[in-house]
Amino acid sequence: MSDSSKKIANEAEKAEDLKQQKANGNKLLIYLKKYGIIFALILLIVGISIAEPKFLNPTNIFNVLTQSSIYGIMALGMTLIIISKGIDLSVGSILAFAGIVAASLGQVSTATNKFFPNLGEMPVIVPILAALAIGAILGGINGGLIAYTGIPAFIATLGMMTMARGVTLMYTSGKPVTQLTPDFMFLGGKIGVIPVPVLIYALMAGITWVLLNHTSFGKNVYAIGGNIKAAEISGVNVKKNLLILYAFCGLMAAVAAIVFAGRVGSVHPGAAVGYELTAIAASVIGGTSFDGGIGTVGGAVIGALVLGVLRNGLTLLGVQAYWQQILEGLIIIVAVIIDMRKNSKKK
Amino acid sequence: MEEQKYLVEMKNILKNFPGVQALRGVDLNVGYGEIHALVGENGAGKSTLMKCLIGMHPPTSGQIFFEGNELNNYNTSDALKMGIAMIHQELSPVLHRSIMENIWLGREPKTKFGFVDHQKMYDMTKEVLKTINLDVDPKMLMVDLTIAKTQMIEIAKAISYNAKVIIMDEPTSALTKKEIVQLFGIMRQLKADGKSLIYISHKLDEIFEISDKITVFRDGKLIGTDNKEKFDVQSLIKMMVGRDVTEMFPKIDCEIGEIKLAVTGLSDTGGRFNDVSFNVRKGEILGIAGLVGAGRTEVIETLFGIRRKMSGQVMIDGKEIDIESPMDAIKNKMALLTEDRRLDGIFPSLTVFQNTIIANLRSYIKKNGLLDNTKALKDVNHYVEAIKIKTPSIFQRVENLSGGNQQKVLVARWLLTEPEILILDEPTRGIDVGAKAEIHRLITALAGQGKSIIMVSSELPEVMGMSDRIMIMHEGKVTGIIDNRKDLSQEEIMTFATGNSSANQAKM
Ligand SMILES: Nc1ncnc2c1ncn2[C@@H]1O[C@H](COP(=O)(O)OP(=O)(O)OP(=O)(O)O)[C@@H](O)[C@H]1O
Ligand SMILES: [Mg+2]
Repeated sequence: MSDSSKKIANEAEKAEDLKQQKANGNKLLIYLKKYGIIFALILLIVGISIAEPKFLNPTNIFNVLTQSSIYGIMALGMTLIIISKGIDLSVGSILAFAGIVAASLGQVSTATNKFFPNLGEMPVIVPILAALAIGAILGGINGGLIAYTGIPAFIATLGMMTMARGVTLMYTSGKPVTQLTPDFMFLGGKIGVIPVPVLIYALMAGITWVLLNHTSFGKNVYAIGGNIKAAEISGVNVKKNLLILYAFCGLMAAVAAIVFAGRVGSVHPGAAVGYELTAIAASVIGGTSFDGGIGTVGGAVIGALVLGVLRNGLTLLGVQAYWQQILEGLIIIVAVIIDMRKNSKKK
Repeated sequence: MEEQKYLVEMKNILKNFPGVQALRGVDLNVGYGEIHALVGENGAGKSTLMKCLIGMHPPTSGQIFFEGNELNNYNTSDALKMGIAMIHQELSPVLHRSIMENIWLGREPKTKFGFVDHQKMYDMTKEVLKTINLDVDPKMLMVDLTIAKTQMIEIAKAISYNAKVIIMDEPTSALTKKEIVQLFGIMRQLKADGKSLIYISHKLDEIFEISDKITVFRDGKLIGTDNKEKFDVQSLIKMMVGRDVTEMFPKIDCEIGEIKLAVTGLSDTGGRFNDVSFNVRKGEILGIAGLVGAGRTEVIETLFGIRRKMSGQVMIDGKEIDIESPMDAIKNKMALLTEDRRLDGIFPSLTVFQNTIIANLRSYIKKNGLLDNTKALKDVNHYVEAIKIKTPSIFQRVENLSGGNQQKVLVARWLLTEPEILILDEPTRGIDVGAKAEIHRLITALAGQGKSIIMVSSELPEVMGMSDRIMIMHEGKVTGIIDNRKDLSQEEIMTFATGNSSANQAKM
């Protein structure tokens, strides 16, 4: 190396160090931005509690958690899907179908409108397994269509959303299924003071977190969303992973269906219309990016809680339902605006 | 079995794309432990041949042998497992994931329960990075790395596959001198370890420095292949373009008019540069030189309204103007050719035609409000011809063009706007020698028409060959603005670029 080129090298190094120092200075800001949504949640809770102290009642808190758990569970699957740069519009319909089949297998034997009149009282595991199977299969069909025919996820799941709803209506000829067994109702009930849906939600969140962060499947989901070409070149079996991913999302919808049925005690074929949008909202409020490759399970949980706290708090405060919707919409947009700043590369 | 002479043998490879014969029966033989350079004009088929080798585009016909065995029906991951790795022209990491997750993507180390073993992954990453003397935290996100580091990570990834041959498609086009030196060090070390390297570049000096063998392509055909000693710059250029390129920098002296653009005390909000002042006259080409990272791109992006300015004054034709967005800049008849075509330039799925006219639509609107397609077509065809954009038709999607030809489309787009002030950031990056001379000619011609031109370039010969004056930047400050006298040496400019010349401050 000549003297002058050595000099150049050193100077360049210095310039890089300078850059590093500046980056460190920005760390606090980055930290604030990174966990901004948590601060927002805390702020929301504090604000609502000041306006209405009843909000902090343990019963009410559990209420919020229970209410959040159904779309919270759906948001877990949805988050993985959005990380992969996909979308699943069918989860609401899948919930309805899985839920209504489970309910039809989980009625008490004395039910007035028994769906299977000759069927005795089934152990609760039967409806549970039936629901899970339906969720996984319908989700798997979504994934298969997307992976092997190459149609956009939006289209595939839009089709599934419509079809699954039709099948649900056909299944009961449009009638609701009611009077579920006590064992089934327990899934929407409580152990001591703790609501079972919250426990199920926590368990699902844990499973999803492990799946996303500690398995190669999780890494692949990030890679597919972040840069599908890079994933392919690196030998990731993109098709297989997409299939599993959508099946998983369907499965989460089925889990939500079980909780839903247990809590309400009946399932109407028109149930859960629009839930897919709530699940998407929870995901994006929690920082999942539609650009793909970005999102966390923790974020999805917090996003669901933000929606839950907002809905519950505004109801407690006696705010009109119309206003609730307007505010919810606003929050979704603001959350994404903030998020885009966080992820933008420049400036 | 007989000792194999070549690691890679490609025989009579043909590759057709719809409407394009990219390769028309080419051969390539790469020996063990050699650095084999692949050269040729933009669109000659270099990248395509390599994509055939790694199983990304199966050839239409032809045979491929690796270590003496014929390969058939394989994909990129099979190729990787066999030891064929490629660092692509358009780098493609998974941006928001860590270095280690990128390197081990698709083959993460597992614990005995089947979960990803992050600790092991971390250690393994450290180890690979050590082999190329790269000291970065494996947990860093790819998005936070410089282009050079991203490149090094790609190399580390190739090494981690135990690749026997590593293909590098224009790896140095965005690197600084220092980084190139570092890259060459790694390449030599890999060669010493018995690995073969295929190296694609348009920088002839680098090719002569690093390679053992050179293979020349033109129009999808093999023109020649031999040891590097058998070539010299002129003969190589002639083989590449099929004619003599006599003048790389056809700068004509033209009349320099009054001051068009005057910038005083410009600083940005991000602190990337400070107190930058300069002016450009009509008919003048102002070159901006400096090391990558000196703040050159930031200055012109601020000038163009992409970045926010903190302080400073911008005057055009003696009137102070306020540029807050690229729209304002365009209204003031400015145009900017950005440095990073993937990020801010190309619309991949639109045609060459649409990509070319997109910044100039306003001038094609007829009285009835519709677009004058005849005129637009004529103009686009003119430029496609002038700078030799290689495409089967102007209705080809830009993403199907070779890397260098995509860059040419962008050049055409901005030349077409006929701006009063044309700002070019690395205008000839990734462009072959012949087309480079053509682009230089067009730039000079614009200056001849009285336009003002600001040209950022990391290639000193280009800056020195084309500019009337040269502004040199270092760490966000202007260290000198000098008249481009013909007796100036590269070393003199470099002293400004490294900031060792404050005493030597030249007058404006
Ligand atoms: N996917 C594709 N579809 C259609 N045509 C293609 C495709 N890929 C490449 N081509 C065409 O094949 C030819 C060779 O392209 P290639 O990318 O191999 O050139 P190159 O030698 O690498 O050029 P450069 O120096 O500009 O990178 C070009 O004419 C290009 O337009
Ligand atoms: Mg190429």
